[in-house]
Amino acid sequence: MLLIEQQIVLGLLLGGLYGLAAAGLSLVFGVLKVLDVAHGELIMLGGYGAFWLFALLHWDPFASLLVVIPASLLLGVVLYAVLFGFVVRADEETRVKNSLLVGFGLALALHALAVRLWTADDRSITTSYGGAVIAVGDLSIPVIRLLSLAVAFALIAGLHLLLTRWRWGKAIRATAEDWQAALLTGIDVRRAYLLAFAIGTALAGAAGTLVTVGYSVSPSIGLEWTLKALIVVVLAGLGSMLGTFVAGLFLGVAEALSAAVFGGPYREVVGLVIFVVVLVLRPRGLFGAR
Amino acid sequence: MSPRAGGLALLALFAALALLPLGVRRDDLLNFVLLILLTITLAQSWNIVAGYAGQVNLGHAAFFGLGALTARTLWIGGAPIVLATFAGALVAAAFALLIGAAAFRLRGAYFAIGTLALGEILRTTVGNVLPEISTLPVASIAGYRLAHRYYLALALAALSVIAVALLARSRLGLGMQAIREDEDAAEASGVAALGLKLRALVLSTGLAGAAGGLFAYYQISYYPAHAFNPTWTFDALLVTFIGGVGTLHGPVLGAILYVFLKEYLTVRWVDLHLLIFGVLFIAIVLLFPGGLVQALIQAGNGARRRLGRRSGAPT
Repeated sequence: MLLIEQQIVLGLLLGGLYGLAAAGLSLVFGVLKVLDVAHGELIMLGGYGAFWLFALLHWDPFASLLVVIPASLLLGVVLYAVLFGFVVRADEETRVKNSLLVGFGLALALHALAVRLWTADDRSITTSYGGAVIAVGDLSIPVIRLLSLAVAFALIAGLHLLLTRWRWGKAIRATAEDWQAALLTGIDVRRAYLLAFAIGTALAGAAGTLVTVGYSVSPSIGLEWTLKALIVVVLAGLGSMLGTFVAGLFLGVAEALSAAVFGGPYREVVGLVIFVVVLVLRPRGLFGAR
Repeated sequence: MSPRAGGLALLALFAALALLPLGVRRDDLLNFVLLILLTITLAQSWNIVAGYAGQVNLGHAAFFGLGALTARTLWIGGAPIVLATFAGALVAAAFALLIGAAAFRLRGAYFAIGTLALGEILRTTVGNVLPEISTLPVASIAGYRLAHRYYLALALAALSVIAVALLARSRLGLGMQAIREDEDAAEASGVAALGLKLRALVLSTGLAGAAGGLFAYYQISYYPAHAFNPTWTFDALLVTFIGGVGTLHGPVLGAILYVFLKEYLTVRWVDLHLLIFGVLFIAIVLLFPGGLVQALIQAGNGARRRLGRRSGAPT
């Protein structure tokens, strides 16, 4: 049936963004053992960055990534310095719990701030090539979403290279494996934390830009994207960025299929159900699974 | 202030509030106090499972919503409101029993995000099944008496405060607090953790369901899914933490401050109270885990010491 195939294609295109949204969360969770539930709000901020660069300076959204990513990186450094740097000082169990609470407070504050500054309206970016589609047989693929998927994949691949080739990337992975052992081998664990958090925030900013191009941004998208990212992280486990990307695609397709079978409004439910089931079956969480 | 004196002060406060509708004819004031009482009930109910048993339930809104849905349906169908509210509490608690054993396989933050997802599943489903707004029949609107809602709110708030006061001193409550401090150690010293956590959840969600019943009785029209909105959970969490999580007075103090700021700030600046409370909340989690109650006690002790020094009395 044509409709289902078209839905699957759209699901894959959206799933790439889920993967990118989850990559940052996965990195931060895996390395700092900090669950930042404000990740969706960081995505929202990145989205507004791209939106205003487009609305005020007429920057192409893909070009604005060159500004949004470094700006998000900087935001990550600031957030780590004033908030999460204090959270990581606690032992592991308190750390996860406190990070959840601090992230929640941050999410609330950022949401309220965004409503104050930019109103609660939905905004999106309409470029000259926004309506273009590529026809493949009976399927039509929106160019802009295809480009977004390509950018998302490129960013994930870049992150993978960064973590496997770069000196500090290896330090970050070593810290994720066992921070005490990493400390003993002379790695500056605090700096690895800072880098991982900043990179995670930068990824959120990039994801926000792509969300605003292909879809739309409003102050209240945060919770939804945090949940999507959490679902993907739970599906993929920690440790592999490419695995996270694939899990994102999987969630996109699963949502598309459930929308086709049960009707549109239920597309949000399937991911949550998978999430709860996986969590309950693997109750000790994700640290063990690699 | 000793715990007993503090408890008596709360009782006196509730007794005074019971006289309010007799002396005051202003609906805005009654509405305002009613909102505070609803918030006290909701926050105190969350406080049982999160503050005493240490399980951060982020799906609390689902139980509030279930209570509202049940009570509204029965009440519009002709049942007396007290019975309908009780039924709402029962349905919420029964649902808690149903999911509790599976949910408590999760520990700490995993329990939190698992219950958050559960709440969202319920909210989406209810929004899809019941998309129509629920409005009271015309006859009920004509007979709407705010004072009736007010007394139900007062009764539930008093009930929740008394429940927590009794719980805090009971064996049951001590067991819960042991789990909160260290679950493995509690189990090792003979506390049946799962059973106690389930009891905390049932008590907590039952009260939340009753609060939902009050909401269904109070609100003339609302979308059924609105009662399942996670903001109810977030309100309860903010109020409890800011006031003092795991204390009797914390949620009461937090609720008064929260509703006060919310009602007065929203008039001029939409959602500004959330910015203030978000920042305050972070500060409390990182710097003052005991909340306002602890801050007040410390300030009181400090003042007493200073006074003592000045008069030369031994401290």
